[in-house]
Amino acid sequence: MITLNSALIVTAILFSLSLIGLVLNRHNLIVLLMCVELMLLAVNTNFIIFSHFLNDLAGQVFVFFILAVAAAEAAIGLAILILIFRKQKTINVSELNTLKG
Amino acid sequence: MTHFPILSLLIWLPILAAIVVLIIGDDAHANKIRVLTLVTTLLSLVLCAVLWAQFSLTTYQFQFVENLSWIPAYNINYALGIDGISLPMVVLTVITTLTVILASWHVVQKHVAQYLATFLLMQGMVIGVFCATDTILFYMFWEAMLIPIYINIGMWGAERRVYASIKFFIYTFAGSVVMLVAILYLRAHAGSFAILDFYNLRLTQGEQDLIFIAFLLAFSVKVPMWPVHTWLPDAHTEAPAGGSVVLAALMLKLGIYGFMRFSLPITPDASHALSWLMIALALIAIVYIGLVAIVQTDMKRLIAYSSIAHMGFAVLGTFMVYLIMSNVANTGYAQMSLEGAMVQMVSHAFSTGALFIGVGILYARIHSRLISDYSGVARVLPVFAVFMMIFSLSNVGMPGTSGFIGEFFVILSAFKANFWIAFLAALTLILGAAYTLWMYKRVFFGKVTSEAVANLKPIEPAEFIALAILAFFVIFIGVYPQPLLNVFHASIGHLLDISLVSKL
Amino acid sequence: MQLLLTAILLPPLLGAILAGIFGTIIGRVASHRVTVLGVLISFICSCIIFKNFILDHQSTQNIIAYTWGTSGAFQFNVGFLIDNLTATMLMVVTSVSLLVHVYSIGYMRGDAGYQRFFSYISLFTFAMLMLITANNFFQLFFGWEAVGLVSYLLIGFWFTREPANFGSLKAFIVNRVSDVGFILGIGGVITLFGTVDFLPVLAQAPKVAASLPTISLFAGTSWSIITVICILLFIGAMGKSAQMPLHIWLPESMEGPTPISALIHAATMVTAGVYMVARLSPLYELSASALTFILVIGATTALFTGILGVVQNDIKRVIAYSTLSQLGYMVAALGASAFAAGIFHLVTHAAFKALLFLAAGSVILALHHEQDMRKMGGLRRYLPLTYSCFLVGALALAAIPPFSGFYSKDAIIEAVHLSTIHGASYAYVALMIGVFVTALYIFRAFFMTFHGSCSANSASQDNIRENGWVIWLPLVILAIASITIGMIVKHADALQLALHAFTSLPFWLAIAGIVTAWFCYVIRPAIPAMLANKFSWLYYILIKKYGFDDFNQIVFVRGTRALAQLLYNYGDQRLIDDGLVNGSGRLIQWISATLKRLQTGYIYNYALAMIIGVLALVLWQMLIA
Repeated sequence: MITLNSALIVTAILFSLSLIGLVLNRHNLIVLLMCVELMLLAVNTNFIIFSHFLNDLAGQVFVFFILAVAAAEAAIGLAILILIFRKQKTINVSELNTLKG
Repeated sequence: MTHFPILSLLIWLPILAAIVVLIIGDDAHANKIRVLTLVTTLLSLVLCAVLWAQFSLTTYQFQFVENLSWIPAYNINYALGIDGISLPMVVLTVITTLTVILASWHVVQKHVAQYLATFLLMQGMVIGVFCATDTILFYMFWEAMLIPIYINIGMWGAERRVYASIKFFIYTFAGSVVMLVAILYLRAHAGSFAILDFYNLRLTQGEQDLIFIAFLLAFSVKVPMWPVHTWLPDAHTEAPAGGSVVLAALMLKLGIYGFMRFSLPITPDASHALSWLMIALALIAIVYIGLVAIVQTDMKRLIAYSSIAHMGFAVLGTFMVYLIMSNVANTGYAQMSLEGAMVQMVSHAFSTGALFIGVGILYARIHSRLISDYSGVARVLPVFAVFMMIFSLSNVGMPGTSGFIGEFFVILSAFKANFWIAFLAALTLILGAAYTLWMYKRVFFGKVTSEAVANLKPIEPAEFIALAILAFFVIFIGVYPQPLLNVFHASIGHLLDISLVSKL
Repeated sequence: MQLLLTAILLPPLLGAILAGIFGTIIGRVASHRVTVLGVLISFICSCIIFKNFILDHQSTQNIIAYTWGTSGAFQFNVGFLIDNLTATMLMVVTSVSLLVHVYSIGYMRGDAGYQRFFSYISLFTFAMLMLITANNFFQLFFGWEAVGLVSYLLIGFWFTREPANFGSLKAFIVNRVSDVGFILGIGGVITLFGTVDFLPVLAQAPKVAASLPTISLFAGTSWSIITVICILLFIGAMGKSAQMPLHIWLPESMEGPTPISALIHAATMVTAGVYMVARLSPLYELSASALTFILVIGATTALFTGILGVVQNDIKRVIAYSTLSQLGYMVAALGASAFAAGIFHLVTHAAFKALLFLAAGSVILALHHEQDMRKMGGLRRYLPLTYSCFLVGALALAAIPPFSGFYSKDAIIEAVHLSTIHGASYAYVALMIGVFVTALYIFRAFFMTFHGSCSANSASQDNIRENGWVIWLPLVILAIASITIGMIVKHADALQLALHAFTSLPFWLAIAGIVTAWFCYVIRPAIPAMLANKFSWLYYILIKKYGFDDFNQIVFVRGTRALAQLLYNYGDQRLIDDGLVNGSGRLIQWISATLKRLQTGYIYNYALAMIIGVLALVLWQMLIA
């Protein structure tokens, strides 16, 4: 039987991986987007785990919401990405620093 | 409200006219716009005449009171009213605007509507400041007034206009913000924003000190007092002639007005405790700034510095009352000192305003403010030279002109406070003569040395009328100030009474 | 009485306004007519007042015209005090002014600023009349400043000339220095007496003085406030009446047209200080220290400025220094409490000094504006009338009996001789030497101008002739006045006094002065140059006017400007504007420049910062728990 603890550790590892990807990635904006998606998935997994252990379906309902939002987000994110590529001819993260003060 | 809302009309008529003028807007209708503006100010002048005629000299109470609920949730009212301190200032505002409009009749040819609209807005808002008896209303006008003058300097100014206008704006704005805090604090204790409620509020010495300093920051920048005066020479130098006139004649008065309306009656104990500081700063303004004025090479800068020195007299007259009252029992000397400060304000508006108009007239023709670019102007423009001589003499404090009275009253009463205060204040007789007449000598006397001066265009009728109006007031007040002084007596007497009673 | 006063005061003012504002419209002739008429009316009315007060002994009148202003407990009136002193002054001012007006018609002919000139001198007459008729300090101060102003305008009348502008500004500012004293004195009066009207002040003075009020000007000292007030007011008089060390403006004022030198800088305005002290004599009587101060200043001025007159070569400057010296005599008389003698000398001096100036003006005009005496000489053949008038003036000035100057100066010297206050003996010696010096410098000028050989070149010699009647008539009238005033005033004792003079020291000193001048400048013209060489150091000091001008120029004028420049550059510009104001702006800029480095623009930096933040928060929560 999988314990709550071990399940949570898996998702925590998943979340940390995506976080490290987010911080360390200096090249591709797509990787960045994927990391964000991965984060969401880690959180989703958490919802499912808690739903299972607490016997509450509301958690699983939330997962669907989040998935829908994540899909929309991914669509918008990719659209922005394409626009950036058209404008700047690059999706290299270290070159996208127009917000620099 | 049972009577005709004459004060509201005085405030909103020019503002409405400004909106109309802005809507017309186009330089193609320049003449129509000028006439419309002039008619508006003349109407205001008529209203002022009514105000003056119906003003009761025997009471210190606010008159022509209007009181409408504005923001009931916070007990903020649209409350107006004038007393003997604000009435002369209101009239002064209208006269100043009138002369400014006349003086810029021919000079300003671009963006006429916008230029004149700034002055109309200013007129309405400055009158609003002088009439407001609700502090939030006061504060609103106080800050709103900065916008037209800021635009005026920034748009029509000389080369460094942007620097000067931003400096001016930030300086005065920063000063006023602290005042808002003080007002809110007072509101929390008094339960309303009405000035009269603040008067009755009991405050501890510590509270009073803090509130006094908060007000001081706002008002001392406006006066301006040493050492927060450096925005003034820059603003004056860069501002167009009309802007300079309004700055000198109206803006600077707000500081002293604030001292009289807020600092003295609301925080009498703090005013008493800190009067030594105010007197010291005023004397520094008179002597130090007087000296600095001597070496100026730019006419407008010189007049700006002389403004600071003259306003030093008004500050001295205002805060000397505590020192006088510690030496003598009757209030006669203190009242003379305060009234001296008031007359100084009125007179300074006329003479300095007129000097700025004069420099503006020269600048419009030669495009130089430097004294060294002029010589022998009296030979080419004799009538103009006579006018400028009258205003210079008023600036010097010559008896028979308005400039004399304030200095005379303040110096006489200063003797009762302390001999050395009187002595330092009296040095202005020498310094004032030195900087004003030395400038006059270099600009107007001597041989005509430059081609530009030799070909100076004669002054236009509108400019002549503006100068003549100011000259009339300068001489009339100098020869017969009694009507003006009568307006002060009741209100200044009352102000003195409440400023001398401890609130502890 | 009120009507009479109005008729004295207003016509000159109206004349000034008409000639000044409408001068170009009504023209030159109408301008001088209207101003002369104004002063003539003034003069006639003054004569009536003079008759009423001096001859018929009417009592003092105090009239209030209108209340100028009230403030606090104080009332400032425009009002008039008419008594013997005022009546006398009215006569002096209006008569000399009338003669100068007439004289100016000739002297100023052809000048571009003709109307302006007449407007100014009429305005001056008005201001001077306001001054002498004042019944309170406030109006006195008004007149005081107004005459100073017109004097400033008239010295700088030819405003395209640099020396004239310099002189006028100098005159104004020096006068303003003394006005500081004057206005403080008024402040003292209002502080002590609670009013600025003469009569209450003078009436209260003995009572107030009896309570010995004191003032502490420096910590630990205590001075009689009456003395302080008297000295402060006298400092005001020192400027207007050109007493050392505030005398420096008067020689410079000679840059103005000669008629105004006669009117303003000899007969009337400069005597305002003397008038003021005489008017306040009951107050001054209460302070022996103030009187000593006045006596010493007066005697010093009388002697030392007289000596300067000996080395001047400009005919007007000689007379200017003579004026300084004679003012010194008047002030010394005041110091010795001989107020009547001081005023008497004021009157006679007005006559003979105006005469000397106008005669000098006549010479200057005849020589086409040549003022250097070294270029004159032998003019008595060409200008016989001017010559004799100048001689009368010189004799009166040198105090030769029975000319008017003798009677007044004799009274002063006698009063100082009898005075017992501190400094009286010094003053007596100074005034005695002054008598010799006076005779020396004025006859030096006389001989250099009218005797000896004619230095003007032959071409212009033919052009030298007497001027028209408007010039010589005033001269003759003043000459007659200079001869007779003294005798008229002292009518009973006139002869006896004159005879007595031949046995007194001052007379022989004056004669010695005349003889010395005659010997040095007519018989042996080489002597002065020789003396100047031999005592070159002394000559240098005298030419440099004891260094007053240089001292003022270096210490006060340049010193003030340097100090002001220093304050402006370092205090205002560097420290306050650049340091504090723009400094606070720069500080904010620096802070934001530092902070903006955090804003890298990389998302992963922000993400990291966010995570660190969250971790810190969690850690903090855990620690708290």
